[in-house]
Amino acid sequence: MGVGIEVVNLNAWYGANHTLQDINLNIPANHATALIGPSGCGKSTFVRCLNRMHETNPIARVTGTVRIGDLDIYEDAKPVEIRRRVGMVFQRPNPFPTMSIYDNVAAGLKLNGYSNRRVLDEIVERSLKDSALWDEVKDDLKKKSGASLSGGQQQRLCIARALAVDPEVLLMDEPASALDPVSTSKIEDLIFQLKSQYTIVIVTHNMQQAARVAEKTGFFLNGRMVEFDSTHKIFTNPSDKRTEDYITGRFG
Amino acid sequence: MNEQGNTMRAKMRTATDWLATSLAVLSTLMVVAPLLAIFIYLIYKGASSLNLAFFTQIPKPEGEEGGGMANAIVGSGVLLALASLIGIPIGIAGGIFLAEFGRGTKLANAVRFTADVLNGVPSIVMGMAVYALVVTPRMPFSALAGGVALGIMMIPTVTRTTEEMLLMVPHAVREAALALGVPNWRSVLSITVKTASPGIITGCMLAFARVAGETAPLIFTAFGNSNWSVALNQPISALPLEIYRYALSPYDDQHRQAWAAALVLVVLIVAAVSLVRYVTSRGVLKGAS
Repeated sequence: MGVGIEVVNLNAWYGANHTLQDINLNIPANHATALIGPSGCGKSTFVRCLNRMHETNPIARVTGTVRIGDLDIYEDAKPVEIRRRVGMVFQRPNPFPTMSIYDNVAAGLKLNGYSNRRVLDEIVERSLKDSALWDEVKDDLKKKSGASLSGGQQQRLCIARALAVDPEVLLMDEPASALDPVSTSKIEDLIFQLKSQYTIVIVTHNMQQAARVAEKTGFFLNGRMVEFDSTHKIFTNPSDKRTEDYITGRFG
Repeated sequence: MNEQGNTMRAKMRTATDWLATSLAVLSTLMVVAPLLAIFIYLIYKGASSLNLAFFTQIPKPEGEEGGGMANAIVGSGVLLALASLIGIPIGIAGGIFLAEFGRGTKLANAVRFTADVLNGVPSIVMGMAVYALVVTPRMPFSALAGGVALGIMMIPTVTRTTEEMLLMVPHAVREAALALGVPNWRSVLSITVKTASPGIITGCMLAFARVAGETAPLIFTAFGNSNWSVALNQPISALPLEIYRYALSPYDDQHRQAWAAALVLVVLIVAAVSLVRYVTSRGVLKGAS
């Protein structure tokens, strides 16, 4: 089951660059929350702070509090533990190129020392079914490399890989921006189904996509969160002038 | 007028294309030609002296006809196995350090510089250094000393290719592993190194093939042996040493045997490299990159 995320006074820097300033918001459990905003506004940095991937860059620094469920991720746990609870899907599909489809999905478990074959088989099948890829790959699970799939299939493979470690939250950083329209709509359908089990945070450039998949939407601009509300409200009656200018296409 | 200009340009393009293709083909031939020439000449000079005795007997005393190089073939095998055992693990570990853990540190720069200098050290100097360090009155010339000399010579090549190959692994692949909650060391060993392994294996093969033909580092270390010996603490025979010795001998029969030994050495190197390539390519999946 998904859990809610509470962000209090989050600030982030890359070197001297203050990329996130005083972010406060509550992301509801088992819903999809979209983050929109122009390039460089900090929305990708923000999701990377939610699973501490931000720290893999040595010049990055964070202050503030992020609570996922009842876990304070900067106080109570190590990054590797957080990342097992908070899955991530990236902008470009990034399957492990030398691994089979099966091994790609099982990677998170195998690399953390899990080796019970029967259980692994079950988890791989379930994850691929949840990511709507099972029917397309079930005959080549161990024969084909993850890199041999099409871009859209690769992205669903990456979603399956993230789901296999049974996270509570799924972060998606522009998951469909490198995909064609058919693959994009498959990913969006998937988000719809997955939010019954996971809390989903999706960064998107595409405002229609936010409107289609998310109940809540946050608008980021220049490292600040301008507005956070129900998606319907953001797109029909935003309270901030800048949000209105952005969604009506006046800039960005 | 305009149409004429277009056909002219099209003809020019075709000609340029033809020229570039010919140059590429010519260059390819120039790369392959020396190898083929060496190989054909070795077969011409050496093949006639190859017989069962060459592979099963040890050398006859000076001046006697016949005999073989069984001890040198096995000796080369022992020395190269020792060298690989020393050079490949240390080399790969060094490469992993340079690319993954030490990036940008002073130690890494020092290691990289050392590797580059080591790569340029003449092989005879390497032999002398190992002679000074490893060969002692208690352990005189030995297979072990020869293996150490060749192994040290392998390290810089393996280290630098491993580093280059690891740096070519896309950042996205590393991020994917970290985002699954895999600890960094595990991600490096199981994902990054695995992804780069075809290139790393090529580097190891290059280093192996290079030292397989080395004579100079063995003169003061393995020394050579005209009897059967595979003991690590005894002098051991090796094909390059035998080629060197026989080529300088006054007897025609030994000259012929030197050619045969050279042919066998080249064939064995090609065979070893091909075998490793075959074995490591069997696990590769359809569509893997």
